[in-house]
Amino acid sequence: MAEWQVEQHTHSASQAGWPDRIHAVLKRHSIKQVGYVPDTGHARLIDLCIKDKSITDIVLSSEAEGPGLVLGAALGGERAALLMQSSGVGNCVNTFSILRNCAVPCVLLVTMRGEHADFNSWQVPMGTITESVLNLCGFQIYRIDGEAEVEPTVEAACRMAFTGGNFQVAILLSQRMVDRNKKGH
Amino acid sequence: MTVDRRKLVAELLEKRGGLLVITGIGSATYDVAACGDDARNFYIWSGLGCTPSVGLGLALARPDRRVAVITGDGDVLMALGSLATIGIKQPKNLSIVCLDNGHYSATGMQPSATSAGIDLAAAAAACRFRVESVDDLSHAAELRMLLHSGEGPLFIHARVDADDQKRIIPSRDGPAIKQRFMQALWRRG
Repeated sequence: MAEWQVEQHTHSASQAGWPDRIHAVLKRHSIKQVGYVPDTGHARLIDLCIKDKSITDIVLSSEAEGPGLVLGAALGGERAALLMQSSGVGNCVNTFSILRNCAVPCVLLVTMRGEHADFNSWQVPMGTITESVLNLCGFQIYRIDGEAEVEPTVEAACRMAFTGGNFQVAILLSQRMVDRNKKGH
Repeated sequence: MTVDRRKLVAELLEKRGGLLVITGIGSATYDVAACGDDARNFYIWSGLGCTPSVGLGLALARPDRRVAVITGDGDVLMALGSLATIGIKQPKNLSIVCLDNGHYSATGMQPSATSAGIDLAAAAAACRFRVESVDDLSHAAELRMLLHSGEGPLFIHARVDADDQKRIIPSRDGPAIKQRFMQALWRRG
């Protein structure tokens, strides 16, 4: 059996500052609650949200709780975003329905798995259907393949969600953005 | 012993003031609607298991207001993980009223896990809720006080009759009940 060294990936160099730019855009759009199930690709963004006094961070036991949190925040007049990896999208299929049923805007940031050099092939079945699932759930979908696209795309997605259309918007962050090879989940 | 769910909910919602109520899909929604439709109610019509999370999002957004999630054992069973999520955040203004009849009454009275001895009150206590158990109406006034001023997160575990009462159906228009609820919040501040 192979043995891997566990590397410190929380501030992985491969993330190169793009989580900071996502954090800045979320703040610009007055997002007050961020719900998440931890993921290597979101590690720095989660850290930034935890340290940010103007954002309430909520670690969810299951991604399925996320849409409920977003609806509740909206009822109370607050905007919320959700962070998860692509496997978590599968856990939300039914609860996403409450966002459409109530026309609640939502920004979902999804780090992709099972698509590019993932060390764990078991991530492939869910990873390869994530975009289709989000389509079927009624999401507007943006995909980011490189760091340069991060700020304009997240900005566009937030505008899509919060400027009156009440859309549910998903941003898929390519696995090329996160080096998971022997680094973690 | 078990208590009549309609009578208990009516007692809990008496003189409700600013209390905001989120109802779980199915019988709990009918119980709350039976007390009279109200702009301070938000009825959930899909996503079994999401109600406690909706209550959490609202309680965090409005720490100045009291929030009560009124729901059934089926909803809480599907949301066991969210009890832990709420336990972490310890929202003082959030209560969950679990109307536990041990059955899925809206779908034909099939037994739920609680009929087999699974203890939701113990689960809530393990998730750092303050737990109150009730199986009659004698302490309803105290429980009502707790909903309004007790330090949460609070879990009221109510053993209720396993009967299928008349269904009182409030609006199923999601955007309309959302808008009405939000406007009621804005008006009161």
